[in-house]
Amino acid sequence: MKLTLGPLLYYWPRQQVLDFYAAAAHWPVDTIYLGEVVCARRHELRTADWIALAQDLKTAGKTVVLCSQALLESAGDLISLRKLAEAGFALEANDMGAVRVAHEAGAPIIAGPHLNIYNGATLDWYASMGAVGWVPALEMSAVALRQLLAERTCTIPTEVFAHGHAPLAFSARCFTARHFDLNKDACEFRCIEHPDGLPVHTRDGQPFLRINGIQTQSATCQSLWHDLPDLAASGVDAVRISPQAQYTAEWIAAWAAALAGTAVTPDFAAWQPEGVSNGYWHGQAGLAHITGSTR
Amino acid sequence: MMRGPHLVCPAGSLPALKKAVDHGADAVYVGFKDPTNARNFAGLNFTDAQLAEGVAYAHRNGREVLVAINTYPQAGQTSHWHRAVDRAAELGADAVIMADPGLLDYAARTWPALRRHLSVQGSATNADAINLAHEHFGISRVVLPRVLTLPQVEYVAAHTPVEIEVFGFGSLCVMAEGRCALSSWVTGESPNTHGVCSPAAHVRWDQHGDTLHARLNGMLIDRFGKDEPAGYPTLCKGRFDVAGDTYYALEEPTSLNTLSILPELIRMGVAAIKVEGRQRSPTYTAQVTRVLRAAIDAASQDRYSVRPEWQRELTAISEGHQQTLGAYHRPWR
Repeated sequence: MKLTLGPLLYYWPRQQVLDFYAAAAHWPVDTIYLGEVVCARRHELRTADWIALAQDLKTAGKTVVLCSQALLESAGDLISLRKLAEAGFALEANDMGAVRVAHEAGAPIIAGPHLNIYNGATLDWYASMGAVGWVPALEMSAVALRQLLAERTCTIPTEVFAHGHAPLAFSARCFTARHFDLNKDACEFRCIEHPDGLPVHTRDGQPFLRINGIQTQSATCQSLWHDLPDLAASGVDAVRISPQAQYTAEWIAAWAAALAGTAVTPDFAAWQPEGVSNGYWHGQAGLAHITGSTR
Repeated sequence: MMRGPHLVCPAGSLPALKKAVDHGADAVYVGFKDPTNARNFAGLNFTDAQLAEGVAYAHRNGREVLVAINTYPQAGQTSHWHRAVDRAAELGADAVIMADPGLLDYAARTWPALRRHLSVQGSATNADAINLAHEHFGISRVVLPRVLTLPQVEYVAAHTPVEIEVFGFGSLCVMAEGRCALSSWVTGESPNTHGVCSPAAHVRWDQHGDTLHARLNGMLIDRFGKDEPAGYPTLCKGRFDVAGDTYYALEEPTSLNTLSILPELIRMGVAAIKVEGRQRSPTYTAQVTRVLRAAIDAASQDRYSVRPEWQRELTAISEGHQQTLGAYHRPWR
């Protein structure tokens, strides 16, 4: 199985982003996904900056995929999208509009996790549109994935969101702006103060969600670390690690070692103090944490 | 008089369908009693016999029936969704409302004469997405997700040959439809997979002294004091703690109401105004259909103004008795 670094879902200061990817150029990942998936107002790096970064990482020997925003609404969003599609890289499409634009530009497509692919016929259709890889919806179980892979006729590789805060929903509303009682269009870019989003707890203090601009994520980290043997057995070709503000390098090293067959013990308590979840993979509520095989 | 947009009303049952037709809906949308539609609630929706009767009733009155098959076919079970399309066609539906590309492809190939609408669950927020579905699956109408501002609706409408349907009234889903897995995160079942959000089987109410706790699969969604009306624990409409503030972090219980902007929607050329609420009663369907019928007819002529009695009627059936223009209105927070 290959190891990939998913797109940065948070709004970090420009230098922090550049430092992060300068380091990532030396990490044991095969593919790096770049670009702004969540919010068009996040402009510490503009479209041209992401494309320049893609060139740098390609030169460093990485396979690079640029990513579309998940919600494409304005004319400006579509102009940025066209630039990404014409930049000479594969494009992760997270919207049907991005599929059309990439198809027209002749860019290879990675069918992203927000396209809602739940069955083989739909995956085959995306393959016919130029998809050369795909990422199942976050909520897909191992059983459903095996069924999908059995009924598809295309052979494009499957990449699973294996580690990171689960991106669960997108909205017209910016929840971070709302928290600070600001309008979405005058948000003061407050996301930049919350490098892993803003935690949301229930009124009895349980970690529940995190708000990340217009995106809602899980409070806990979705981690399929303990399901690694089952991932390979289920036909998964690549595992995606989603960037977090801390310990991403450590997690990448641990996953790479595990994929290489080395026994490693990640420090869950320090690296993921809010806890981990893997319920989706086991066909249960996503927030569940299942230890041991349930199948 | 200018012909206004179609009024598309919800029916979770045959009595509701008849109320919608009787009170002026141009089309009624319904679903089957299974996970093929996004309102898969116990006691709701249509058997084949009920749909046949509903179609006959609507057609006798010159109205249409649209069948929502708008969840995502799950791997290993797609024949169930195919069969739903077949049943809708065989029972005389005027159109099917779908989100999944594989299913749209099946419907286009198997029943080419049956009109296909792209469901709001398809998350098509831009003209490229809509035009892709038009080019490949021949969709004739798209239901826009409730995430666009009015100028964005106008921009999309100007860049596609596909008819535009927008939500005009009803409970507001704050997330882009088809892009929300919050329900399955907590319960294992979501709109995309099971046609449900915050399913009732996972709801538990606990009384603690004067305080009522509303839980969804064990997670505390809200608690209510003795003088507070207790709302259903839809998980995005709960009160949570964010950095020490307890509030409706995602969404208040509120309903979308577009009475004030109907003339603008009509000017933009939207083809249809949709009312949310297949889970509501036939009385709700009757009330909201009657008000929207009157309002659309009035807005299609000059000198429109919102009549106070319309507003009163809609407020009475709104969630939490609160209303919003939602994303149509940019400063919405």
